[in-house]
Order: sequence, then structure tokens, then C-alpha cells
Amino acid sequence: MKGQGLRLYAILYLIFLYAPIVLLPIFAFNDATIISFPLRGFTTKWFAALADLPTLHLALKNSLIIAVSSSVLATTLGIFAARASTRYEFPGKGGLMGLIMLPLVLPEVIVAMSLLMVLLGIGIDLAIWTVILGHTLICTPFAIAILSAAFQSLDKSLEEAAYDLGESKLSTFRLITLPLVMPGIISSLLISFTISLDEFIIAFFLAGSEPTLPVYIYSQLRFPKQIPAIMALGTILVALSVLLLTIAEYFRRRGLKKTGAKDTGGFL
Amino acid sequence: MEEKSWWDRFRRTEAFAGYTLISPTALYALLLLVAPLATILAYSFLTDGDSVTRLVWEFTFDNYITTWTQPIYRAVMMRSLSVSMMVTAVTVILAFPVAYYVSFHVAPDRKSLWLFLITIPFWTSYLIRVFLWKVILGYNGVINSGLTSLGLIDEPLTFILYNVNSIVLTLAHAYAPFAILPIFVALEKIDRSLLEAGQDLGESRIMTFWRVTLPLAMPGVVAAVLIVLIPTIGDYVTPQLIGGGKIPMIANLIQSQMLDQDNRPLGSALAVSAMLIVTVVALAFVLLNARFLRVKK
Repeated sequence: MKGQGLRLYAILYLIFLYAPIVLLPIFAFNDATIISFPLRGFTTKWFAALADLPTLHLALKNSLIIAVSSSVLATTLGIFAARASTRYEFPGKGGLMGLIMLPLVLPEVIVAMSLLMVLLGIGIDLAIWTVILGHTLICTPFAIAILSAAFQSLDKSLEEAAYDLGESKLSTFRLITLPLVMPGIISSLLISFTISLDEFIIAFFLAGSEPTLPVYIYSQLRFPKQIPAIMALGTILVALSVLLLTIAEYFRRRGLKKTGAKDTGGFL
Repeated sequence: MEEKSWWDRFRRTEAFAGYTLISPTALYALLLLVAPLATILAYSFLTDGDSVTRLVWEFTFDNYITTWTQPIYRAVMMRSLSVSMMVTAVTVILAFPVAYYVSFHVAPDRKSLWLFLITIPFWTSYLIRVFLWKVILGYNGVINSGLTSLGLIDEPLTFILYNVNSIVLTLAHAYAPFAILPIFVALEKIDRSLLEAGQDLGESRIMTFWRVTLPLAMPGVVAAVLIVLIPTIGDYVTPQLIGGGKIPMIANLIQSQMLDQDNRPLGSALAVSAMLIVTVVALAFVLLNARFLRVKK
């Protein structure tokens, strides 16, 4: 049968992709401090242990503040750039867009280090907002990729009809354009939020003494005693990001339906 | 007067509207990306002072001479390059059949589901994924304890963690979805009637793949290679966790020079050199494949 061998390979590949992640819940519910087989029995105490870690709670709060701020900022900046690049032609557009998208193809450690050098050079104290600066920078290209697709599938004649019917540029944007690209905006917010929440390198170097969630996890990995609790935390995080992605995917598809575009699949 | 009318005319052009709209985002990138990159470029030509964080404003090439001639730095750069090339090769070669399967053999309404399944692992915490490989490969890890409890081995295997191969495996796993998506997009764009034409004209299935499908998929393969190659050269976490900190790559070296050793000029020269290597390798690869990338409209 044609394609049977390929199908088997694709399924094996999926198993390879998921194999490490499947271990998370297995050991999060395992009643042993050491992560190894055979399993010792079922427990939820590692999840309960998460409630007694004040540093974790601080890290979670910091991460949420950073992720919400960065996703809003990145999406706002993304709207400007995506609208400009899909609607207008101007000299140097390719260069400017290339510059804005550059963080996508730059090793993160270089983005983080160069920003850190400038901040230290000026003498700015590292804090939550310096992480927000960095995360906004790296989330913006992703926001633009999503929003450009949303703006591109927008039918220009709908806006022109609104102008003809006497609406101003601003009210047309508010009444026609914005509602039509809203699904794109929501999925851009969700994707940026997820990226920021998970980002480690920039947070590690720019956060100063304020821990974020990944920085906290990284610091705990050195202590074998803490590993089961980290497994429990990881399980919760994976469940949350699957939930967020499902919502983002739902809005993306609804947006495509709204504007009548064909589903090409995927986020990127 | 004339100046003003030029300005007035310019203000009404499409270009002006475009510049105005893009300016916040472009300014942000200029201030937070271009300016910092320019700063480390400048730092890389300065001299490190005696006291902490002090720079001496003397122009020098010494940092680059050190970077490119000292065996330690050369070794680390070569390791970063070879690790990321191995990762790229493994990732792209393993990913291609999956992208091909999803594009050519999955029913159109199930494609989204497959892509969704492929992308989910990528959106779960990178740090935790890397750490999980340590859990799998470790001395008391899943593989060793699993094999021991099955009675297949007596002593834990020590050769599976803390070496270059385990770094390659971990990174290949982490970047897998990055490789599948661009190849999939390129395969989707292929006009299926071209394949039928190839077979009608007497080519075998394999020859049609080799002479029609693969060349048309090359833009996707090139994109996949670049997307995997560039960030893996600068990976910091995996050498730290999976390599046990004993097999540093360029990112670890930059970090230790800039922060631990507090030699910012040398750290900057390392960072600039790393960017140069990435750019040269990426450009060379693109040029090698230039004949596939000329898009037929």
C-alpha cells in the first residue's frame, strides 16, 4: 500500500517527539524522590508541595507580569508593522521589515548579551521591565508573522466601501478592519504570551535578582530533591500551553473562516 | 517655501503613510536591537581595563586575534559549528519524510490536526524538554533504570550522557518542528499535475521525486536548514545541562567572558565572530542552493 511505510515512520516520529513529555506526568505522580523506573506508586504530594514554595509564587507572578506586558506591547508593535507592510508600498520596506524580523534569525544569547551590555553601560538597574523590553523585541516578529496573514486575507474593497459610505480613516479601522483582524490579534497575543512565559535566556541575563518561572526552574534543576516538584510544575505548564494553543488555533481558524481564506494550517 | 511644498506633497504620498505606520516598530528595533549590536561591535575593538567593568578606549584588533588564534576559543567555535551542523543534518533529514507524508498522503481536512500535533511539543517549556533528556539519559535515568530493571544490563551505561552526541540528540529533538513546517509549506505549493506529467513522460516514481519534487521542495529545505542552524550555534542551555558544563559551546564562552571573567571586549569579539560564522555559513548554504531558489512566478 502506497504511503504505509511513510505513515509508520511519521507515527514513530511523533512518538519520538512526545516521548520526553510523556515522562512528565508519569514522574509527577510517582511516589519517589528519584526519577527512575520501576515506578513506586501514585501520589499527588508533589503537586501539593508546589503550594509551599514562596520563590515559585514570586517567579510565577513576575512571569505573568512580563508575559502579559510583552504580549500586549509586541502585538501593538506588530499591528503597526503588519499593517504598514501589507497595505503600503515604500522604498526601503524590505530592509526595515528585515531589521524588525532580525531577532528570528539571531541566536538569542547574542540579543540578550548585547542588550545587557547596553543596560549595564548606561547604568540601568536590571528589573522586570528590562526583561519586558527584551521579550517584546523577540515576540514582535512572531506577532508580525501572524498579523500579516490576518491583514493580507483582508478584502481591501470592504474598507473602500466604508470610505465611500462616508466613514473616516479612523472609524473605518475601528469598525471594519479591527473586527476582521481581531482573531489574528488574539492569536498573536496568545502566541507572544506563550513565548514570553517560556523564554529563558533573555530572562536569565536581564532579570537581575527577580526570578521568572524558567529562571526559577533552571535554578532548581541543580537540586535532585526538587526534581519531582519540578516534574509536577512541568506537567501543569504543558497542560496550560496545550490549552492556550488550542484556543489560539480555534481563533486562527475562525478568523480564516470570517475572511473566507483557505486554511493553510500551522502557526508560522 | 519650496521646501514646505515638497514636504506637503510628501505627506500625502503612500510612502509617507507607510513610514509613519511602521515607525514605532522600526524605532523599537533600532533602539533595542541595532544600537546594542553596534555597541558590542564597538566594544570588540576596545581594550579591557584593570578594574571591574572598566574599558580602555584604545582601538585594537587583539580581541579578534585572541579569538581566532587561541586553541581554546578555536576549539569551542569549531565544536559549536560542528554540533549545529550535525543537528541540522539530523533534524532536516528526519523531518523531510514527515513533511512529505503530511503534504502528500494525509487527507486535506486532517492536515491541520497533524501540524497541530507536530507543533505542540515545540510550545512546551524548552528548558523542561532539555532537562527531560537529562532525566532520560542520566546515570540513574530512565534508560539506565529501565534496562537494569528489565535485567538487560548490570551496570548503568555511562556513555549516553555528557557528550557531544547527547547534545546533538537533545537539540535535534528540540528543533524538529522548526524543520518540518517550512518543508511542508514548500511541498504544499508544488503543483500536483507536474508530478503526473513526470510519470506520464515515463519517469519512475523515484526519478519523479528526485527530478521534480525535491528541486521544488528545496526552498523549504533551505529555510529549514537556516532556521535550525542559526539558533543551535548559539544554544546556551543544552551544553550547560546535557553537556554537564564541561562541553561549552560558543554561547557559554561568551557568557563567561562577558560576566564571569568580566572581559567585555573579548566577549564582544567572540559574539561578533559567532555572528560572522553564522552569517558566512548561512550565506554559503543559500548560494549553493541558489539555482533552486529562483522562484518561478
